[in-house]
Amino acid sequence: MLRVQDRAVHQCDSGWVPVFVGQDRAVALMSIGFLLERPDDAVVWRGPKKNALIKQFVTDVAWGDLDFLIVDTPPGTSDEHISTVEALRPHRLLGAILVTTPQAVSVGDVRRELTFCKKTGLRVLGVVENMSGFVCPHCSGSGIHDSLLFFLLQECTNIFSKGGGEELAKHAGVPFLGCVPLDPQLSQSLEEGRDFIQEFPKSSAFPALAHIAQQILDTSQQSS
Amino acid sequence: MADAVGAARPEECPGTGSAQAGSAAACQGCPNQGLCAAGAAGPDPAEAAELRARLRAVRHTVLVLSGKGGVGKSTFSAALAHGLAADEHKQVALLDIDICGPSIPKIMGLEGEQVHQSGSGWSPVYVEENLGVMSVGFLLSSPDDAVIWRGPKKNGLIKQFLRDVDWGEVDYLIVDTPPGTSDEHLSIVQYLSATHIDGAVIVTTPQEISLQDVRKEINFCHKVKLPIIGVVENMSGFVCPKCKKESQIFPPTTGGAEKMCQNLNVSLLGKVPLDPQIGRSCDRGQSFLSEAPDSPATLSYRNIIQSKSGNHCALSVPSTAAIYKGVKQDYFATNNKTGNVHSNSESNSCKYHVCFWASVLTGF
Repeated sequence: MLRVQDRAVHQCDSGWVPVFVGQDRAVALMSIGFLLERPDDAVVWRGPKKNALIKQFVTDVAWGDLDFLIVDTPPGTSDEHISTVEALRPHRLLGAILVTTPQAVSVGDVRRELTFCKKTGLRVLGVVENMSGFVCPHCSGSGIHDSLLFFLLQECTNIFSKGGGEELAKHAGVPFLGCVPLDPQLSQSLEEGRDFIQEFPKSSAFPALAHIAQQILDTSQQSS
Repeated sequence: MADAVGAARPEECPGTGSAQAGSAAACQGCPNQGLCAAGAAGPDPAEAAELRARLRAVRHTVLVLSGKGGVGKSTFSAALAHGLAADEHKQVALLDIDICGPSIPKIMGLEGEQVHQSGSGWSPVYVEENLGVMSVGFLLSSPDDAVIWRGPKKNGLIKQFLRDVDWGEVDYLIVDTPPGTSDEHLSIVQYLSATHIDGAVIVTTPQEISLQDVRKEINFCHKVKLPIIGVVENMSGFVCPKCKKESQIFPPTTGGAEKMCQNLNVSLLGKVPLDPQIGRSCDRGQSFLSEAPDSPATLSYRNIIQSKSGNHCALSVPSTAAIYKGVKQDYFATNNKTGNVHSNSESNSCKYHVCFWASVLTGF
């Protein structure tokens, strides 16, 4: 997604050197994707091998001075999640952001993630509702202002429904960070290999994500 | 797979089912070391016999895989189970081995149900008389309960699901998996190697970022010698229920699953368009196929399912053409980037899809 899939990871005296993204090198990235011989290679590992690599990613990568370490995890509450929390606990773990789509099926899984956070003592920074609301571009561009027709048009919005994330946050007593709309144009530009960092500020998802980022910044400043 | 491991065992082989399999000193140099270390070596003979006995009345087994989460794999598994069970004479079983994120009970309208034990084992939970379901979701007392287990415990439960559930006579066992290529996938392939797996269906969305993971999934299947029945492209276009116009929410910028399947010589089983009713049906635990019988998505599912159940009538070209006439042709014709439809594509698409569906039959 960040157009660095062809880069390799090198070793230095202080450990593995992460891959830096962008001209200002503001983002450092580490992923098993950099360690594969071919991009289509499957990583067919059981838990212990995955746990060992996660530990290495935390202890053996020369991250340098970081303001934020963001960890992207697979879905679930298993080896990767347990190992990540264990490995990061000594390192000022700020907390977890839980991402859901609005539907009940997705929210149902995230309820269990919330329990995982509680049981492992992981602070929940908040819930994000992703893919929240989509308006058919043909209908929305039709210029119809009649209130009755507009009411009927609501059926063609919210393909993945709406509101489930906010309800979940309320039910669980955790902050709701916001809704992020589905932006097919952002998806398209990423697919076409355009620079995410350049394209992202133009996206309709940007204001929502910027607002979420600001809340995280505020929380981190309060914590320190 | 068991034969490959049976040959050329080192003298002090720890055993293929042992925790040291692949990593003991004696494993160095063994040609099967890689397989054992990945845990794909097969169950011990005693376990294999037990599993074989329990699953002897299962005629067809299909694994539903995906590289990525959120592509609609559980939705597809549920639709497949409902669709196959529409034939009252067929007995269908749906096994959910997504231990940490069991969605199947909700999608099948079985939330809150519990598993009962009888003399012959655990009873599946029945949606219909001929459609039984098993999931860890039925073993949890609250929707908030989390299953925070490492691999070995998950593997143990998967083995129990296969060994201790009284599936009875089953025509189709559909196994819904979590995304990826890890413990659950290795274990299910390992345990089912005692009997027979017809193959895997891999679900994807059209984007390259999803296809990248599908290629890995295909490589996983090759590594563990799991036949690939084919690929289903989900969320393939959206037809607005109001204005009936098509948009691409997840654009197939690198040709989608169709191009990938051509390149990798894998069958494309079908493309299922996005319909908001699908999500609503899943949330309410109702069969989308029954709730929205006229949806283009339902027609896509039915075409895939009819080919799997060996219903030759569905594959005759005239009836396939009739199905296409009833469906917005945009889905199946080749689109250029502005969304215009090539007018001559209909007959080509018909032949194209019949060829694919005919190839699917050989998987069953």
